[in-house]
Amino acid sequence: MNRRDLLVIGAGPAGMAAAAKAVKLGLTVTVLDEQPRAGGQIYRDVERAAKARGAMLGKDYVYGASLAAEMRESEIEYLSGSIVWAIEDGFRVSYTRDGSGAQIEADRILLATGALERPMPLPGWTLPGVMTAGAGQILLKQSGVLARRAVLVGTGPLLYLIAAQMVRAGTPPLALVETQTRSDFIRATRHLGGALRGWRYLAKGLTMLAAIQRAGVPRFTGATDISVEGQDRAEAVVFTCAGREHRIECDTVFLHHGVVPNVQAARSLDIPHEWRADQACFVPQLDGWGESPVAGVFIAGDGAGIGGAKVAEIAGRLAVLKIAEAAGRLSVKERDQRAAPLRRMIRRELAARPFLDLAYPPFAGALAPVDETIICRCEEVTAGDIRSAAKLGCLGPNQAKSFSRAGMGPCQGRYCGLTVTTLLAGANGQTADQTGYYRIRPPLKPVTLGELAAMSVTEPVGKE
Amino acid sequence: METDYAIIGGGVVGLSVAWGLLKRGLRVTVLDGDDGSFRASRGNFGLVWVQSKGMKQPRYARWSQQSAALWAEFAAELGHNTGLSVPLEQRGGYDLHFSEETLQDTVSKYEVLKEALGGDYPYEVLGHNALRKEEPHIGPKVVGAILHHQDGHANPLKLLQALADDVRRLGGHVLTGKTVTEVTKTDGFQISCSDSTTVSAAKVVLSAGLGAAQLGPKLGFKAPVRPQRGQVLITEKLPKLINRPSLIARQVDEGGIQIGATNEEVGRDDRVTQPGLSGLAAEAIAAYPALAKAQLVRSWGALRVLSPDGLPIYQESAEMPGAYLVTCHSGITLAAAHARLLPDWLEGHQNAPDLEVFSEDRFALS
Amino acid sequence: MKTASPFLELDSVERVELSFNGELLHLPDGSNLAAALLASGVDAFRKTPVSGAPRAPFCMMGACFDCLVEIDGVVQQACMLEVRAGLEIMSPDTTGAFDEPA
Repeated sequence: MNRRDLLVIGAGPAGMAAAAKAVKLGLTVTVLDEQPRAGGQIYRDVERAAKARGAMLGKDYVYGASLAAEMRESEIEYLSGSIVWAIEDGFRVSYTRDGSGAQIEADRILLATGALERPMPLPGWTLPGVMTAGAGQILLKQSGVLARRAVLVGTGPLLYLIAAQMVRAGTPPLALVETQTRSDFIRATRHLGGALRGWRYLAKGLTMLAAIQRAGVPRFTGATDISVEGQDRAEAVVFTCAGREHRIECDTVFLHHGVVPNVQAARSLDIPHEWRADQACFVPQLDGWGESPVAGVFIAGDGAGIGGAKVAEIAGRLAVLKIAEAAGRLSVKERDQRAAPLRRMIRRELAARPFLDLAYPPFAGALAPVDETIICRCEEVTAGDIRSAAKLGCLGPNQAKSFSRAGMGPCQGRYCGLTVTTLLAGANGQTADQTGYYRIRPPLKPVTLGELAAMSVTEPVGKE
Repeated sequence: METDYAIIGGGVVGLSVAWGLLKRGLRVTVLDGDDGSFRASRGNFGLVWVQSKGMKQPRYARWSQQSAALWAEFAAELGHNTGLSVPLEQRGGYDLHFSEETLQDTVSKYEVLKEALGGDYPYEVLGHNALRKEEPHIGPKVVGAILHHQDGHANPLKLLQALADDVRRLGGHVLTGKTVTEVTKTDGFQISCSDSTTVSAAKVVLSAGLGAAQLGPKLGFKAPVRPQRGQVLITEKLPKLINRPSLIARQVDEGGIQIGATNEEVGRDDRVTQPGLSGLAAEAIAAYPALAKAQLVRSWGALRVLSPDGLPIYQESAEMPGAYLVTCHSGITLAAAHARLLPDWLEGHQNAPDLEVFSEDRFALS
Repeated sequence: MKTASPFLELDSVERVELSFNGELLHLPDGSNLAAALLASGVDAFRKTPVSGAPRAPFCMMGACFDCLVEIDGVVQQACMLEVRAGLEIMSPDTTGAFDEPA
């Protein structure tokens, strides 16, 4: 079997930068990525789309094309369209490509699997026409597809970015329904000092807001009691703002209240995670290089804790320094010397984070939804079902999964895991760390039985 | 004394016993583990199964038959009490065979057992064509099957949930997140947990699955139980594809096809492996070729709780009378017997089932 | 199922013919299948096996599994596929009826 010094999973900023760096340091590298073309979600399909609509998408997006080109031009085995479904000791990684199963072995693994939208369960969020704001961006970046009559709901800079891009494309959203409040902003201002060191981010935010306002897009802030109405598809967003109920008819609703690490691969390796209160999510335990307590497994990018694309890129390079040192390609001294400027860059890039996290906190109404709200989209389990499970003694998500089926569907809990943890913690009066998370097992993504069977080397194993 | 019975272990075995005792008006406290405990109740295959059990010990075959016969009423009562459904189908089940030799070999063993059971062992042999009439999706490699009419399958998770609900409704105290560290006996039993919870009880039932291996000796049991890993697969929800369950695959009430299971001696490692998944997938496709296009959505490894001969252990402690070891690998099949019949044995009633052959005296001192 | 599209397409790419639930569609060759179906006005990609509720793409990044479609008998994520001529795309069967062997 093909054995590599380093296997990188994910070709977003962290994965692309890490792979290119690792090859320069003399390592043999394979990159497995699910998408047909490199970029991850932030730079989705960037080499094609930057040409078609770079001006609309902006400089920050177009920058990703240089990372993709650098990776493409390196001596990297880059396997696009590869869906990883098992990572086992050794390391042995099983994946699907072109409809058949394959395996690769590597001494070290870098997980660069990025972020997911924080689940935002609201009444009506499963209706066709309701999507994540990230999905709206992907439609625009990759396919040049724009929603004609959309309402953006939630909070955070990404909401402004997509709104600004829609304005530039000539189809401004019908409204921004924002959940952050004035007091969130006031609380955040004590971190304004740090934020000013990251002033570029704030300046960008203000420019986007100005463009949105110039286009006459109505903004509602401090919105509560948000739901999506519709029979067979989204027809309107209903919410309360300043004591008044509003109803805005629309065809498309884009939801967003932050992104969270995609922990599926890390969890499947039993890497311990801890709750990060400032980002309201679990993050993997890592050392200063991104190595996990499972020796040889590194994590870089948003999967290690949300930092954004630039931090991901630098963290990918930082992790490779330790990987190269461990593989005998760098001395400890060289490693540490090269790491110092990278660490400074990461600190600078993260300076605005505490301000942003406090100014745009997750929407409370979606962290602990009302009983009738579906929280597990796959199995259509409600918040009330989870609270009932708690009453039957479920202290954590795994027992609650057995009782409610939450997390049993094909998405493997990606869009209900944090909600279930939060609901159980609330109902049982425990912390998120005490409550824990789903035990993630293979397959990380569904795989056909035929494909699995074709990988069987012997007759049915270990069966009486 | 706080309670008549302390049940150590809140899985299907412990809760079934607790439920039966509560129905008799006894006070019961159940001590259950945490979210990450090894839980066979969460990982089992869900068969309510008779065939192939007790080939060397007809009393075990009979005990399984007794339980299977009580299951429908048991499930109905739980459903009625809680408003939760406990799906159960008892329309027979298959032992599928890929060779005439293994089929004939199994049939001759069944004949011996049938004789020992006085003829009460209703099975028939279906050749490939007869089987295909019952199971249109069966593959050409399957030469035939033994259809046993006392077999069936249930939804084991809904059973667990209904028991958890009804035990509480009947007034049982269920303490969760507990790790029992010590059990002592003076007047009655004192049970201590790692978080310094204590419970005093007149009697103790140890139904802690693999946990019995550590706790058992403190109560005077040998408790020779070991883990055996079974990997299980489940597909996406599919249209009806499989009529009756088999040891290879069954279609669960929610629509997924459940495929099992490996038998692996790997200690307390409950991970799944690619070779395990692939081997099970290959066998399932050999039985039902249409499954080749089905997506696997979940898999898990669970640890069977096995005694040296695979049979249950029902034992009162000689050292600490009033303490009972209850352990088995077929907690779902035996749930009805544990709920309906075992309380008589624990209470020492005259009509208690004769469980002498399940005493751990049958195992040599280790 | 198919209505006036709530989406606007910026690119003009050569289109190829395929079918969705038997209806012929002309979609941009090589484009993301989920995006192309949405842009062509397909509202609901499938009904859930649990309640029969309609579903359409939600995340567009292979994580949510709401955009499932059936192609060549295999249920897969439309957002992870590209448009090709001749695809016969179906909503996955969740009727629960006994499936006739092929």
